[in-house]
Amino acid sequence: MTTLDDSNKEKIRSVSVDLNNDASLLIDIPDALCERDKVKFTVHTKTTLSSFQKPEFSVPRQHEDFIWLHDTLVETEDYAGLIIPPAPPKPDFEGPREKMHKLGEGEATMTKEEYTKMKQELEAEYLAVFKKTVQVHEIFLQRLSSHPILNKDRNFQIFLEYDQDLSVRRKNAKEMFGGFFKNMVKSADEVLISGVKEVDDFFEQEKTFLLDYYSKIKDSTAKAEKMTRSHKNIADDYIRISSLMYQQKITRILIYTHIVVTMSFVSLQKVEGRVASDQELKLTELLRYYMRDIQAAKDLLYRRARALADYENSNKALDKARLKSKDIPQAEEHQQQCLQKFDKLSESGKKELTSFKGRRVVAFRKNLIEMAELEIKHAKVRSSIQLYYICFIMCTNELQYAWGICKILCEQI
Amino acid sequence: MAASSDRNPPPFPASEEPETGLCDMADGDSDEGEDIFVNNVRLRAFLLLLLCPSFVQSTPVAVSRGVSQPDQVSEEPPDLFSEEEAISTAPTLSTTAKSNGVHSDDENDLFAELLAAVDCFHSGISKGYFVLPPLELKCGLLYYCFQQLEEEEAKDSFDVDVSVTSPEKIGDGMNAYVAYKVSTRTSLNMFRSKTFFVRRRFSDFLGLYEKLSVKQSLHGCIVPPPPEKSVVGMTKVKVGMDDPSSVEFVERRRAALERYLQRVVSHPSLLQDPDVREFLEREDLPRAVNTQALSGAGFLKMINKASDAVNKMTIKMNESDTWFEDKFQEVENEEQQLRKLHAVVDSLVNHRKELCMNTAVFAKSMAMLGNSEDNTALSRALSQLAEVEDKMEQLHQEQAASDFFIFAELLADYIRMLGAVRGCFDQRMRAWQRWQEAQSTLQKKREAEAKLLWANKPDKLQQAKEEITEWEARVTQYERDFDRIGMTVRKEVLRFEKEKAKDFKSQIIKYLESMLQSEQRVMIHSHSKAYVYVFYSGVEGFSPESWQRVYYIPDG
Repeated sequence: MTTLDDSNKEKIRSVSVDLNNDASLLIDIPDALCERDKVKFTVHTKTTLSSFQKPEFSVPRQHEDFIWLHDTLVETEDYAGLIIPPAPPKPDFEGPREKMHKLGEGEATMTKEEYTKMKQELEAEYLAVFKKTVQVHEIFLQRLSSHPILNKDRNFQIFLEYDQDLSVRRKNAKEMFGGFFKNMVKSADEVLISGVKEVDDFFEQEKTFLLDYYSKIKDSTAKAEKMTRSHKNIADDYIRISSLMYQQKITRILIYTHIVVTMSFVSLQKVEGRVASDQELKLTELLRYYMRDIQAAKDLLYRRARALADYENSNKALDKARLKSKDIPQAEEHQQQCLQKFDKLSESGKKELTSFKGRRVVAFRKNLIEMAELEIKHAKVRSSIQLYYICFIMCTNELQYAWGICKILCEQI
Repeated sequence: MAASSDRNPPPFPASEEPETGLCDMADGDSDEGEDIFVNNVRLRAFLLLLLCPSFVQSTPVAVSRGVSQPDQVSEEPPDLFSEEEAISTAPTLSTTAKSNGVHSDDENDLFAELLAAVDCFHSGISKGYFVLPPLELKCGLLYYCFQQLEEEEAKDSFDVDVSVTSPEKIGDGMNAYVAYKVSTRTSLNMFRSKTFFVRRRFSDFLGLYEKLSVKQSLHGCIVPPPPEKSVVGMTKVKVGMDDPSSVEFVERRRAALERYLQRVVSHPSLLQDPDVREFLEREDLPRAVNTQALSGAGFLKMINKASDAVNKMTIKMNESDTWFEDKFQEVENEEQQLRKLHAVVDSLVNHRKELCMNTAVFAKSMAMLGNSEDNTALSRALSQLAEVEDKMEQLHQEQAASDFFIFAELLADYIRMLGAVRGCFDQRMRAWQRWQEAQSTLQKKREAEAKLLWANKPDKLQQAKEEITEWEARVTQYERDFDRIGMTVRKEVLRFEKEKAKDFKSQIIKYLESMLQSEQRVMIHSHSKAYVYVFYSGVEGFSPESWQRVYYIPDG
């Protein structure tokens, strides 16, 4: 069971900007408990709106409740012209749990120090995953609360307020299957949609851009994940090396240098480990988040394209009806409805996509700045490690090396 | 081994002021002053104090008086110590040093001081307490100290210096081989000239080892083992592919052969061996046959066969001298540990290679993302980021290479060497066994003689007496052999340990040096990454000039 405190949370808020500014509805997740597989979030709301019963309240929610909320919003016809914020991904503790398991099995073959160190690293990893999932869920809610239309949704209010268990309203197995089927239909739609002729230049551009950008960002996300995993592997190796070096027998071989080596390995490992987790949190999360967000934007485009297809079909039906001179009024009305729906979607879609673009650029910029600060911090640590090397190399008898190293350091100035 | 003449102090900025400052400090310590700067060991500790800022802040007295009050040095605020795990091992390490006997008392004190400094330094880093003294001051200090120390530096001189260079592929197809140039530089008279070179191929090296091991191991010498045969590696080279893995293989082998030869010539008794001289000097060496047995697996088999023979001994050796037993146990433990370490270092190398690949791939992906981004500033930032990541990839590649060549190879060498040491112990056991067997044969002969006396057969008796004399001589001979081997083994093991310590030290320093260099470049690149981020983000207050000043980013 792990919990989170506020000061830590401020530091990890990395992906979105200015979401919790409107004082009329403030949402955050101050607390979370992790029990086995399930994570229980405490959703805390502070509001001045009269539509809520109390000005401040907290409810416990599970991940499935968030998914239910997302799906209900997606299925609401009225919101077809809006970009629905992407659902938070399921908390995935598989990675660290598997490693913990392997560590437990291999305990006998390791020394006590090595075991303790690896356990600490794993706990840190576990905590990082935990923080990440809390953050992602929180941002989802905050996106909803800052959207002028979505924050008035009745289901959203129920989600925030209803102090009983939401499980009655959640998907049962039948509905889940239905959801899966719907996804399949959607991908069939995608093929259909790319064939539909686009009338509006703005949407044509957006479509091309989003499709291209999505594939690129998906690619980058995957590659970034691989890279940070490599960093973590290297950090683990350094832990093992440093713990082996600490052992009695090996220290006999290396007289002074063993201190240098062990300390440098330990420091390096910490730097590498920190680099990995910071990179992970910033860059990869940023890429991952925007990948999902772009998917949501694409969904909007598809909905609009489907509306367009519907409209064209209704036109065809109207023509057919006129030919057959049968059911003309229904066909006309149907056509009008489709046209209205399509226009509404186009209008709100344009607004949404424009604001989405601005939001994305701002978020990237903010993240880049934060990454710059991290790089500098790491660079400082690295430079102190260098001085470290020098001190000890000088203190061995190998002055010729120390001299060379000083030369290198001085070239840096 | 840099000669003193190579050293030109780099132009340090503002080296004047700090120098005079330091002079004052030195003069203030009038009686201690001379001693501090003449005594290397103390000087280094002094430097350490100055370069460890958190250390300095907590013990200001120590600064002005150098190392004359070592007890003040170890007084630290208790909280700094309590939080570092490294501290818990510090006492163990210092007691190890004290029991090591190699150090004088002086150095042991320094050792303890260094440990304290290390821990403090380390905790300072991890807590972010750091307030570094200005870079100029540090450089001035270093410059000054090196000026003092230059006079004291003694150059290591080798009687014989060998190197293995210029691998050249000779021939084609499956009969091709690689010839290496073996150059020798010597001051000894037993060689035909001062410098000379010959061309040798890999099987020649193996042949040399075989000859040496047959002769020398009987005396209990530790014969350095050569690098292992590798069918896979060689086949690739033979087929003629110029791909990087073949190049790496040849380079690895060349370095290993060079280390092998250096170990052989630095061994005083092996150097005297005519086979070694022949190997280094003779233009055309007869091709070594039967080197199959010396492939990696074959070598191991040989060692294990010897061990098995020892284990099957019916008479258990009553070790009068526990030194041998203890040492043997130590050697075995060490071998095990080195194997473990080698496995981890191997995995480190693989992971670095992986990281290198992943970084390259990621960089390309980011470049493409930057291209499709429609906001120009962001697009530029992403493209620049991709470029920097690309450069990082090359650095990671170099780091991997150096990890491998220096550290992993060193470990592999010593694992083989420890095998040879074990073999040497086994030789001693066999000598003992021979002696015991001779003794029991002698005993049997004596009993036979007694029986003959009893049975009164005079002619057979004469023969028996002759045999007894013969075997008595043998027993004495074997006993003397055993003692001699025992002494040689002892000497050899001690020498081996010293060599090993020196070797590890120098190799690890080389490794650290290369890591330091690459860290340097990584740092420059991470600075430029940060630069990119901030610049393209157009954040107020972060002008490029102020940026450079604060963070020492080089131009361009």
